[in-house]
Amino acid sequence: MTVQPAMPKCWRVETKPHKFCPGCGHGLVLKALGQAIDELGIQDKVVFGCDIGCSLLSWDFFNMDTVQTHHGRTNPVITGMKRANSDIIGVAYMGDGGGYAIGAQHLVSSATRNERITAILVNNTQYGMTGGQMAPTTMPGQKTETSPYGRDAETTGSPTQGPEMVAAIAPEGAYVARGSVANMKQLKGYIKKALENQMAGNGFSFVEALSLCPTNWRTNAKDTWKFLEEDMYKYFKVGELRVPGPREKEGQ
Amino acid sequence: MPEKPIQGEKRVFVTGNEVVAWAALAAGAEIMYGYPITPQNEIMHYWTRMIPKYGRRFLQTEDELSAGFTTVGGVLAGRRAFTATAGPGNTLMQEPISMAEAMRLPIVVVVQQRGGPSTATVIYSQQEVTLTTLGGNGEGLRVVYSTATHQELFDYTIKSFNTAWKYRFPTFVLGDGYQAKMRESLTFYDPAERGIEMVPTDAYVGRPGMPGVDRPPKHMRNTYNMEEELYEVLQGYLADFAKAAPEIAEHETFDTEDADLVIISHGVVSRACKMAVRDLREQGYKVGYFRPITLRPMPEKELQEVAGKAKQLLVVESAQGQLARLVKEVIYGSTAEMLSLFKPGVGITSEEVIARVKEIKG
Repeated sequence: MTVQPAMPKCWRVETKPHKFCPGCGHGLVLKALGQAIDELGIQDKVVFGCDIGCSLLSWDFFNMDTVQTHHGRTNPVITGMKRANSDIIGVAYMGDGGGYAIGAQHLVSSATRNERITAILVNNTQYGMTGGQMAPTTMPGQKTETSPYGRDAETTGSPTQGPEMVAAIAPEGAYVARGSVANMKQLKGYIKKALENQMAGNGFSFVEALSLCPTNWRTNAKDTWKFLEEDMYKYFKVGELRVPGPREKEGQ
Repeated sequence: MPEKPIQGEKRVFVTGNEVVAWAALAAGAEIMYGYPITPQNEIMHYWTRMIPKYGRRFLQTEDELSAGFTTVGGVLAGRRAFTATAGPGNTLMQEPISMAEAMRLPIVVVVQQRGGPSTATVIYSQQEVTLTTLGGNGEGLRVVYSTATHQELFDYTIKSFNTAWKYRFPTFVLGDGYQAKMRESLTFYDPAERGIEMVPTDAYVGRPGMPGVDRPPKHMRNTYNMEEELYEVLQGYLADFAKAAPEIAEHETFDTEDADLVIISHGVVSRACKMAVRDLREQGYKVGYFRPITLRPMPEKELQEVAGKAKQLLVVESAQGQLARLVKEVIYGSTAEMLSLFKPGVGITSEEVIARVKEIKG
């Protein structure tokens, strides 16, 4: 007998199966987020904001109030909301282009102001929705539609180290981590701590989730996981970069 | 409960930016988001000095994109929220405004126009008319009040919150650097004491109840998969706008009944035009005065009537025909001769208007 694993309670069953491509990592990140929200019992408190790019496909994903914003602008929308009503638990969900390119100033400023919001950024090393262009996170040598001969670090720079940047600039109280869809228990733990950190009013909470895009990577299942766990892991180190207070076992 | 910012009526002599801050306080604005740009800075200065006493909030953002989008967030949370900007800031502000149009969010934006294009001057212009009325990728589903006096800055800043929350279209108060920096006499008042009821606000997100159980979740989007989906939504919005337009549109006019030539202007320039029309009347010229107070929507019927009677229309503005374009669209088909006095980015005196009329009349 096959037992389907239960969907998180806060998922909206009516909009499943979800709209992401087969093999996409977004569903996994949103599962981790959903489980964390269920465990904390905050479904009625969270307002979920999603960006432009593949993340926008989550606009009706949850049984939670949701606002789909503009490319890169989810951090300010959720910030404005939280500043206006501190009872809300604000989650800003975006891709690497939204967070590190077009909305980089908003990520930086949300971090330096220690906004009491939780930002979750999905890093799949390219722009998925627009057809696989080079992103700030594209790996050296990685082929994309706008780096067809492989990313040349000399002329296009090196992949953005987002959590490292946020960890370097955020004041005391911030929570910063990088997880991966290859380790769901850990990713859920990080996201849960990022939500708890906001609920405690400590400061800005940021989790980057290393993710998968077989559609634009043009990889089969085996090579998809290989690219994440071998190539991406070499460059993007998984772990917690900033933790206020004592470390807990979960999420290590 | 903090006391009311204005009790009774108070005669004051202050700058326009100070007027806006007081008006927003009096209107019950709860939070301002802003980014420094001249000539609107003092709106933030006065706001931040006064708000601790009245329990209001402020956030200084990293740019005008953020100022606009945080204002959007404030409104989504159900707060009477506003921002203020000018020039290049207004350019950036158009992105959040387009989201507010797409989701019918009642954000209020005060614009103190400066010279353009680009950085240009920090002083004055009427060159942000096209941008403010029709900016963004969309159909211009917004309301724009163009004020001429400090009293109007006060009145229409209060009114803009009510228009925004009643009709759920983003609403602008379009001032300029002269109005921002000049001192003038006006009367501050508590809107309630004048019988002005503030339209109540409500939250789009974060309402009580378990979403999906006690109530449906609020899913707000500005993205659509199909052309027809978008078309259907826009048809509803456009119908709402068309229905609201005659209720919202405002104008000011005099001496047009027997006028051969009607001078059309808006904002602070209309003060020079008003004086010019009065002087010219005394000298025997059959001239009239028309001023749209709302530039979006335009007072169409009233303007068409004027254009139907007058032989000549003289559009006077501190821009190269931005108002004239709006006028021409409204009066299309009229046989009145279109004349102009355009001084982009420069102030206009009544003497210049009089000289232009005399030049036309020979």
